[in-house]
Amino acid sequence: MSDTPLLQVRGLVKWFPIRSGWLDRKPASVKAVDGVNFRIQGGETFGLVGESGCGKTTVATLVVKLLKPSSGEIRFDGTNTAGLNAAAVKEFRKQVQIVFQDPYGSLDPRQTMLSALTEPLFALGTASGRAQAVERARQAFEMVGLDPELLRRLPHELSGGQRQRVVIARALAVEPRLIILDEPTSSVDVSVQAQILALLEELKRRQGLTYLLISHNLAVVRHMSDSVAVMYLGRIVESAESATLFSAPLHPYTAALISAIPVPDPDAPRLAALAQGDVSSPVNAPSGCRYHPRCPYAQDVCRRDDPPLRELRPEHHVACHFPGVATRG
Amino acid sequence: MIDRPAVLEIEDLCVEVGISGRWVPALNNVGLTIHCGEVLGLIGESGSGKSLTALSVPGLLPGNARVTSGSIRLMGEELLGKREHELNKLRSRSVAFVFQNPTTYLNPVLTVGRQIAEIFEVSPELLGPAWMSKREKRRIAWEKAVECLRLVKIPDPERIASQYPFELSGGMQQRTVIAMGLVRQPHLMIADEITTALDVTVQAQILSLLAELRRSINMTLLLITHDMGIVAQLADRVAVMYSGSVIEYADVRSLFRTPKHPYAKALLEAVPTLQAGDAIFRPIPGGIPAITDPPPGCRYHPRCSRAFTPCSVTVPTPLPLGPGRMVACHLYQATS
Repeated sequence: MSDTPLLQVRGLVKWFPIRSGWLDRKPASVKAVDGVNFRIQGGETFGLVGESGCGKTTVATLVVKLLKPSSGEIRFDGTNTAGLNAAAVKEFRKQVQIVFQDPYGSLDPRQTMLSALTEPLFALGTASGRAQAVERARQAFEMVGLDPELLRRLPHELSGGQRQRVVIARALAVEPRLIILDEPTSSVDVSVQAQILALLEELKRRQGLTYLLISHNLAVVRHMSDSVAVMYLGRIVESAESATLFSAPLHPYTAALISAIPVPDPDAPRLAALAQGDVSSPVNAPSGCRYHPRCPYAQDVCRRDDPPLRELRPEHHVACHFPGVATRG
Repeated sequence: MIDRPAVLEIEDLCVEVGISGRWVPALNNVGLTIHCGEVLGLIGESGSGKSLTALSVPGLLPGNARVTSGSIRLMGEELLGKREHELNKLRSRSVAFVFQNPTTYLNPVLTVGRQIAEIFEVSPELLGPAWMSKREKRRIAWEKAVECLRLVKIPDPERIASQYPFELSGGMQQRTVIAMGLVRQPHLMIADEITTALDVTVQAQILSLLAELRRSINMTLLLITHDMGIVAQLADRVAVMYSGSVIEYADVRSLFRTPKHPYAKALLEAVPTLQAGDAIFRPIPGGIPAITDPPPGCRYHPRCSRAFTPCSVTVPTPLPLGPGRMVACHLYQATS
């Protein structure tokens, strides 16, 4: 744990300006990511959970340099990724790959699987010739349990689960060290979801991969991750080891998220809607603690002061004025 | 529960879908019964036919689908073969439908209060006294609309009623659609994946609302979902569908404790849960068969770990196992 983390994110901020017209004097902005810190050790799976609009996908796109942060720094293997020149960015892309939520949108409908898999190999210069690229594509297909015969197909000729395997194979083909998985199973059925998750676990073990897993599905994150961070309106509100976070959550929002998952057991206690109302707008984030309008335990101090993320127990950070209030009974 | 009157009875329903110039069977002998005040969960993965089954009830099947045989009875009255104007009456009074995406079902240029009030204005019997001025009628209809919004726990209903759908969050829109469905006090509400597009904390609020409506107005509900958790929390009985057929039918406790059909069992084991700790969930190999090219015999046999000779040859017939319990699997036919 003491060595350099593979990925370290410090004070990450991304604001998107919104212009509603030239008469609008006061430009507003969507504070999608507003001061996020986390670190991922090599070989670990780090889960990032939160509801839609909390900024988790923006974090992913910032990490892979598809967006420029407004401020803050992202260090990959000790190097700040902001100052990389073109050659270094290429090298960075070989090491960090991303798998997006929608495998339909990530595949060109007119491109065969072979072309989709070999294109990044040529672009990043990891294959020296066509024969080698084709061989790498075949290997990647076998690794994800797809018949290399399917390399001749077009995206519409594959099922949703197969397409998801293809995008994973494409990310694997350049032999990266870190893969960012943005909702890898939210577009497939449960029986296929279990297959994809088992595949990801196996690949991680065999290839020594590190994952940043982004999902709104707490059960998936619970099963896959070593440590987990919960995001709410652009901030991390709680982070801890996976087992600790789910068995003893300290932030009322984490407790609300956990209690909101319907338990697949008819004799389990009925679910409780602990969070009131809806997520506030990231344009006018509430004063003080951002969760206070929905929090049943909010006091005056919550409306006034923004709680900092504190380490309450070893490796367990929480941003709340009254940590543990929701689980104390 | 069995002695309550049946609200909906579907028997041997077969539906075909037109795909590239030929008719392909999409539902095969689907049978379901929902009693008054009961919640029936209909679960299955995409393409299993659960939505098609639900759409058949109010005669809302898409243009490329047709019912070939079977029977659908609502409060004992046969619905198949009814004329369009009779079905319209049924859709407006007896069956309420709530879909996944509420924005599609709300008129964007009318306030939500106006949309609900309209239902009262076109049905004068809901407004009380036989004769009243147009102004009076509008005022009472508006008040009733606000009442409906209050019933579905919309905070500050007077203010929300004069807002447009785009001003409301997804959860509020879904509550509005539920409120509209409840206006005519329908015999049956069909909820098709109504929380799939919502965040979990908002989903929990909507599910609590459904549980409460059930208690307060004795709502009868056909709940369609792919989420085992939702079924376990809300349903009294469950029908599991696979590739166009109901493969198991049981009360919710029996299904979760002792699933009979190998698919039902595998489906329960394939879902990761928060409670299971680090227990491994088991994937189901293979994928759902295409309805254009289904495997012979039992449609689940290519993925089934317990498949034996008859499975690839004959389609298993539904076998009753005690009251309100059914399974369609050769394993049980062989032993009985």
